[in-house]
Amino acid sequence: MTTTQAENLSQSENLSRPNPFTSTAPTRRSPFSFLRRVPVFLTIAVLLVIEIYPLLWLVMNSLKSSTEFLNTPSWALPQEWRFDNYAVAWETGMLATTIRNSAIATIPSLIMIIIFGVAAGFALEVMVFKGRGGVLLLILAGIMIPAQMVLLPLFTIFFQVRLTGSLWPLIIIYTAHGLPLTIFMMATYFRAIPREVFEASTIDGATILRSFWSIGFPMVRNAILTVALVQFFLIWNDLLIAITFASSRSLNTIQAGLLNFSGEYGATDYGPLFAAICITVGGILVLYLFLNQQIMKGLTAGSVKG
Amino acid sequence: MKSVLGDRKAIAILLGPALLVYTLFMLVPVVWSFGYTFVRGNALEGFRFAGLANFTRLFSDPDVIEAFGFTLKYAVLMTVGQVVLGYGLALLYTFVLRRSSAIIRTLVFFPVVVPTVAIAILYQKLFQSAPRDGLVNELLVNVGLSGVDWLGSGDTAFLVIVIMDVWRSMGFYGVLIFAGLLDIPEDIIESARIDGARQWSLFRHIVLPLSLPILFSSIIFSINGTIKVFDSVFALTGGGPGNDTTPLTLYMYRTAFAFSDYGYGSTIALLLTIMCLVVTLFIFRSSRRDVTA
Repeated sequence: MTTTQAENLSQSENLSRPNPFTSTAPTRRSPFSFLRRVPVFLTIAVLLVIEIYPLLWLVMNSLKSSTEFLNTPSWALPQEWRFDNYAVAWETGMLATTIRNSAIATIPSLIMIIIFGVAAGFALEVMVFKGRGGVLLLILAGIMIPAQMVLLPLFTIFFQVRLTGSLWPLIIIYTAHGLPLTIFMMATYFRAIPREVFEASTIDGATILRSFWSIGFPMVRNAILTVALVQFFLIWNDLLIAITFASSRSLNTIQAGLLNFSGEYGATDYGPLFAAICITVGGILVLYLFLNQQIMKGLTAGSVKG
Repeated sequence: MKSVLGDRKAIAILLGPALLVYTLFMLVPVVWSFGYTFVRGNALEGFRFAGLANFTRLFSDPDVIEAFGFTLKYAVLMTVGQVVLGYGLALLYTFVLRRSSAIIRTLVFFPVVVPTVAIAILYQKLFQSAPRDGLVNELLVNVGLSGVDWLGSGDTAFLVIVIMDVWRSMGFYGVLIFAGLLDIPEDIIESARIDGARQWSLFRHIVLPLSLPILFSSIIFSINGTIKVFDSVFALTGGGPGNDTTPLTLYMYRTAFAFSDYGYGSTIALLLTIMCLVVTLFIFRSSRRDVTA
């Protein structure tokens, strides 16, 4: 009887906390119980070192001169802080150009993916027509198609129409490649909206397009942010399509530009190379600081795409 | 109501643009690429019919066998690494850190969103051996071992690729599996506790069986992603030394653009697509539950 009471106590204590796994319920607390926490702290410490130290090491070495990097232990703090590495990286790495190219390729494709994808997700989930299942299946198949399978015909097409010297191929391919996952995710989100909402708006005299734009679209606003973040990272961090279609130095996106910079100066200009990586990582870090919860949620929800 | 939801013009306006772009730049190229498997040549020099030559070559090409082997080896090792470490992290988040896990989760997840090339160059420098030792060799030398030319031989280069990619992605699997663990009904855990299950037995008999679905989904997601590996290998080792770390994706890329053989490149891409198709069929057959909703 006493044990049940004890468990009841621990249960009621449990109710006050939101996490389902908080009940530790130690029946006998030994004076050495803090020792049992040591492995936990150790695990966390090791985890933090493994995750953070490489990034700290990166920042530290981005502030050293090349001779210092070659002659002192790499974990040592910089003797003099060479902030000009960042200026050199910005100039020789043509970071302004690569960031601009990445933005030019990413923003229009992101906008098109969202507009086309949300509309198509709405049509495929809310509206009723013959062949709906077939179209959905056809689009789902696109999620698994590896980029390699469409690369060569697209290269031939863009070469024939002489678009290979511009960023157009990137914008178009990113849009086409991002649509299947977006449509799939949006259809899932629209499924959660009760059909009655659209029926009510129809009774109130709205056309279906009006219902989509004024009711459907705003109702999935958060989902759109999630999907947009997934697509942003898939596009921003793409390498294969960027090096295939924008291989010339002036068209390089951030990823391709960094790779070229490393190839050209990586063996001699350590400081600027590290600085260039820091700038790349730093930009993403700022975005991540603001939106990390949505980013984590979105990317795991989009995990069907490898 | 039916007539409104079945408005053909509205459907055309909503679905049309997406379907048009998707068809023109995904579906047509897939069929086109399939057509390429029967020809030789490239976009600049033109094509000529080659019959089944590309397929006979595919099955007897030692490089394809090697690349296929690398892809499999990488996929298996990465899947084990990602899911085991991800599960470890998820258990840490749910049962040990509990409410304070958010900050660790956020930190460990961060490398997932960092551009691959940046991470690959960082790892090149961490594991470098010439002209000076990187951090890893410095550590080895300091504990009395000798430095290793990590990227100089196939086996160690493979190890570096796996270490880097596991480092990069374990936070992702941690969060993915964590979301699945939160779905385990708390009354089950609670009643097991009441029945006296503690620590290991609670894990072994309650948590592990209940997390099998999410683990299974994670394994499938992981295989699906890892057989398409390209960026990290391309940026870290470029497939070298020699062909030692060349996955199918990179072999296809090289065949098409370094050796200008679109026909054979498409044949390798087809092999890759079939592999993806098999894995995807598993995804949609076995687990169509949304793990994050």
